[in-house]
Amino acid sequence: MTTTAKILLLVAGLALAACTDPSRLGGDGAGGGIGGAGGPIVPGSANDPTSAAYFNQTIGDRVLFAVDQSNLTPEGQVVLDGQATWLLTNTDFTAIIEGHADEQGTREYNVALGARRANSVREYLVSKGVAGNRLRTVSYGKERPIEICSNEACYAKNRRAVTVLAGGLTG
Amino acid sequence: MRLLGMMLVAALGLTAMPVSQAQAQSDGPLRIEITEGVIEPLPFALPIFEAETGDAGGLAAQISQVVSADLSGTGLFREIPANAFISNISSFAAPVQYADWKAINAQALITGAVAVQGGQLNVKFRLYDVFSGAEMGSGLQFTGTTDGWRRMAHKVADAVYSRITGEGGYFDSRVVYVSETGGKDARQKRLAIMDYDGANVQYLTDSSAIVLAPRFSPNGDRVLYTSYETGFPRIYVLNVGSVQRRELESQDGTMSFAPRFAPDGQNIVFSLSQGGNTDIWAMNIAGGGATRLTSTPSIETAPSFSPDGSQIVFESDRSGSQQLYIMPAGGGEAQRISFGPGRYGTPVWSPRGDLIAFTKQNSGRFHIGVMRTDGSEERLLTASFLDEGPTWAPNGRVIMFTRETQGEGGRSSLYSVDISGRNLRPISTPDGGSDPSWSPLQN
Repeated sequence: MTTTAKILLLVAGLALAACTDPSRLGGDGAGGGIGGAGGPIVPGSANDPTSAAYFNQTIGDRVLFAVDQSNLTPEGQVVLDGQATWLLTNTDFTAIIEGHADEQGTREYNVALGARRANSVREYLVSKGVAGNRLRTVSYGKERPIEICSNEACYAKNRRAVTVLAGGLTG
Repeated sequence: MRLLGMMLVAALGLTAMPVSQAQAQSDGPLRIEITEGVIEPLPFALPIFEAETGDAGGLAAQISQVVSADLSGTGLFREIPANAFISNISSFAAPVQYADWKAINAQALITGAVAVQGGQLNVKFRLYDVFSGAEMGSGLQFTGTTDGWRRMAHKVADAVYSRITGEGGYFDSRVVYVSETGGKDARQKRLAIMDYDGANVQYLTDSSAIVLAPRFSPNGDRVLYTSYETGFPRIYVLNVGSVQRRELESQDGTMSFAPRFAPDGQNIVFSLSQGGNTDIWAMNIAGGGATRLTSTPSIETAPSFSPDGSQIVFESDRSGSQQLYIMPAGGGEAQRISFGPGRYGTPVWSPRGDLIAFTKQNSGRFHIGVMRTDGSEERLLTASFLDEGPTWAPNGRVIMFTRETQGEGGRSSLYSVDISGRNLRPISTPDGGSDPSWSPLQN
């Protein structure tokens, strides 16, 4: 994620001098930092701090989990602090939190494990003040891996919960 | 055999009747006891069935081939090649020259005749115990449409298997499974149904949404499965004949999956996830609300009824890792039955009631295994990078399951294995396959 985010920031032609690690940026809750750093803000693009693209790439849309675990890591909590701050600012968005598992495990158990992971994220965001009715959860178990090798390098990235932004609340 | 003959008459336009007068069943030595020891497959001769009408030759050859493949595929029988035959069967009615079949060590001889009239097909067969020099059971004949020729072949093979092993057959059965295409990170899944041997594949859904774990109803007319077509996992029931499907009622904000029918075909058990916690629930398929059967903060899933409907086996990680438990069908105190090293999941009660098949993970390997219902006599039948999701053949003697290969090119396919651990066989499907569910024997 970090690498991807950096590449995208470079492509966007932003003055990166003020920008450090994107995940730290999210963690600091400095959601508006990049747009203010200079250059035109293209609405909806990654340099628009109110955009889903910004949320996905700069705040970080996902957290990772240890094998067969659903408790949040300290790194994960930093990302979620950023997500919570952003969601509290950008109140038009709702989100579906997708829980995923790696391929080591039986199908049904992995659906249940993904449900636990998605719920860990939801509960954390709610504890930070995000309204529960903006956050739904779904588990894909091991059905939607993003990495396809069969070793820990890939498994670690597949054991994830992804906060997928959706359109605004009605009304 | 008479009884079987009468049962076969019942449905699908197939009719069965004795070929000639009933004959006392031989108590000869032609018998396979299916035990755990190493079995030398029983050699049989199956001369191509006689074509009784001019245009029956092609079907006679195809039917003979399917009967042979069914029997050989069990690992319990071995076909003697036709070029070893000393005599041939000139006519279905002619007396058998036992000495000629004994000489090539054919212990069983199967003869048959096929007639086609209009769209109607008539298949007759006789089974001979060569070393006793006697017919085993009486001949049977099946009548149906020519389209159903494979089923008639399977029925012949079921009758032969049944007479020689004393067990129920399983060849005239179907399997519903998830057909898979695309790479691991772009997998497309849809429900498919096929004959037990991989023939006659038909697709029941499209691949627009993920579908998981179809399960046959007790009489094979419907399938329960999980689909993400609403964006969330929900349970559907699909009528196999009409391919009409219906979403079962569910509570908003929850996920439901891992459904399975009760033996009554009306009630189901399934898993429901709510607030991150997964428990087992039961409901009537017609609707009217669900009943919660477990209430723990742990994961409870993969429920499966005992054949008498009185108990449910399921998996839970309440002890800290996935293990198998049995509870009364209405919920209540559960007894843990798995105690070996590793994790146990996806338990399925055998149709005979005597065994529970499961998936076991231990030391980075996956296994399909069986144990008695009290957890004793655990036996692992397979081992690979990823084996999971057993389903029972209607006679409780064979298990089909999913095997997925390792790495970037990982692909799922279906395999079957005898409960003795012998005769591991891939089932050929047009694309990848997973989550098989074996139907009961068809009527």
